[in-house]
Amino acid sequence: MLPDKRGYFGEYGGQFVPETLMPVLAELVAAYDKAKADAAFWTEFDSLSRDYSGRPTPLYLAEKLTKQCGGARIYLKREDQAHTGAHKINNALGQGLLARRMGKRRIIAETGAGQHGVATAAVCAMLGMECIIYMGEEDVRRQSLNVFRMKLMGAEVRPVSSGSRTLKDAVNEAIRDWVTNARDTYYLIGSVVGPHPYPVMVRDFQSVIGKETREQILAKAGRLPDHIVACVGGGSNAIGIFHPFLDDRDVRLIGVEAAGRGLETGEHAASLVAGRLGVLHGAKSFVLQDSHGQIQPTHSISAGLDYPGVGPEHSYLKDSGRATYVAVSDKEALEGFQLLSRAEGIIPALESAHAVFYAVGLAGSLDKEQIIVINLSGRGDKDMDIVAEALGVKV
Amino acid sequence: MSRIASVFKRPGKKALIPYVTVGYPSIEATLKVVPLLAGSGCDIVELGIPFSDPLADGATIQKSSYGALQKGVTPGICLDIASQLSKKVKIPLVFMTYFNPVFSYGLEKFGRDCAKAGIDGLIIPDLPPEEGSEMEAITHKQGLDLIYLLAPTSTEERIRLVAEKSQGFIYLVSVTGVTGARNRLPVDLASFVARVRQVAKQPLCVGFGISTSEQATQVARIADGVIVGSRLIQLMEKDDSLISVGDFVKELRLALDDTARKSG
Repeated sequence: MLPDKRGYFGEYGGQFVPETLMPVLAELVAAYDKAKADAAFWTEFDSLSRDYSGRPTPLYLAEKLTKQCGGARIYLKREDQAHTGAHKINNALGQGLLARRMGKRRIIAETGAGQHGVATAAVCAMLGMECIIYMGEEDVRRQSLNVFRMKLMGAEVRPVSSGSRTLKDAVNEAIRDWVTNARDTYYLIGSVVGPHPYPVMVRDFQSVIGKETREQILAKAGRLPDHIVACVGGGSNAIGIFHPFLDDRDVRLIGVEAAGRGLETGEHAASLVAGRLGVLHGAKSFVLQDSHGQIQPTHSISAGLDYPGVGPEHSYLKDSGRATYVAVSDKEALEGFQLLSRAEGIIPALESAHAVFYAVGLAGSLDKEQIIVINLSGRGDKDMDIVAEALGVKV
Repeated sequence: MSRIASVFKRPGKKALIPYVTVGYPSIEATLKVVPLLAGSGCDIVELGIPFSDPLADGATIQKSSYGALQKGVTPGICLDIASQLSKKVKIPLVFMTYFNPVFSYGLEKFGRDCAKAGIDGLIIPDLPPEEGSEMEAITHKQGLDLIYLLAPTSTEERIRLVAEKSQGFIYLVSVTGVTGARNRLPVDLASFVARVRQVAKQPLCVGFGISTSEQATQVARIADGVIVGSRLIQLMEKDDSLISVGDFVKELRLALDDTARKSG
């Protein structure tokens, strides 16, 4: 069972952090191992997942979209219906409960699109914890609605003005805060990235998506799907839906990264498709970097995918061939965004719209007996300003 | 014994170790300041190879790293500058950088090129001993010291691990925090140094947050060396004649020598 004791998935993962944090990570590993083995921890997680987050989220057969594509049947895993509007709540809840068990009262987190920040702010409000969210200035601007939501729930939002002023820099700043306040602060990472044990812990909390999908598709279709498609930034929604299907070799797993303005322009965020092995934010994985090992600026229309790294387990799945990774551009994501909105009356997050676009193309190339599940990781309300701007519409 | 280890063998001498970011404010400034530091009583110089995401660094070194990268400084250029400097100065030079630029360069090749450039040791803050075995084998082969760090949060078990592995000296991070000048030293610094001293045989050098001769004096009473970075970079930013840098370093040297004399 991966990862190994040192947090490696094959050659990916590990703990590349300053010494100050090594004892903190050891404490976290021990606390998580203990919680994981404690049935009471999972009882509380399950009960809050149901009553607070609104789980299970539905698996919806998108008949009209299916018809339009003229091929495989398309199901949507409706993480957009989870509390706070995305899958992020699963992980925020799990780690929030863990932080409480550890006696940590101060929570810090990074956010890109703001969905993880909103989920963390919500959980902190519910559990009565102090909450500080680091967010790149550029993202504060383009996701201002989410900033307001976080503040309403009592979180402090700290804009980050260093570097590219996006998700990568928010992570840097959160780590600096963590190094400074290591003893009393819990860093609630929002994706399957970072040093061990974050990639495995976040995966465990997000696996609820795949476990539900499995039961639901068996109940509805009487068999497992042929394809599962999910967008990948850091990769938490994708790992969450992929993981319970890893041993089902006939289920093809496809991760969709952000090709931004096009892979050939260099302005993208496709770490797995176009990056190479490196170390970023505490783990060895695929990284977008220049020939000297400097981390490269990234671009994506969706703030949540705008990140130069990716979870180490995805690098492992890519290497082993168990999952395949592709990239979809800003323009194509916008197309997927509008397509789903019109066909089904469901407005996806721009992140999820990358998966929608790819899956729609795939469905058209397959015959009618095939089944595709798209992980609709979040809803698109937060993206109205960006989409309106991109379409040249004044709201 | 390595050249770094022998720095600490002089009786009654505390080591003064400045940090500069290579190529900041300019490559010329780096080429000028290192001989000045060597001539003003410094014992080892840390040369920072800039990295785009220096997550253990505060505002000053973030800015200097960014500035150097904007000027096109690469690990290759840093090696070239090191090789020029090692011919000019007699004191040991160590590289301080993050793991990704080294990993990208190729560990084996980086170790070899460091040795060729006259570098004596490496400090890589995001490479803890758990991840360092490959690098250790290479530095060992090339005759370089791989210097590990300890922090106030380090447990006894980790102190033993680092004491077993660190070469040249052990870098003690004075505070739980990032690099950068601070008004006062943490109150538990003495007990932290004492905790490490019980276990480690290596010399102990303290860095992070030391910016005045008073603080250097306090550190010198309990440790074997003092590391100063951000304050120096601030002075280099303000005064490209480097006169104030020279004055500051001489002041630190005097303070350290006074402390060593008084403690006999």
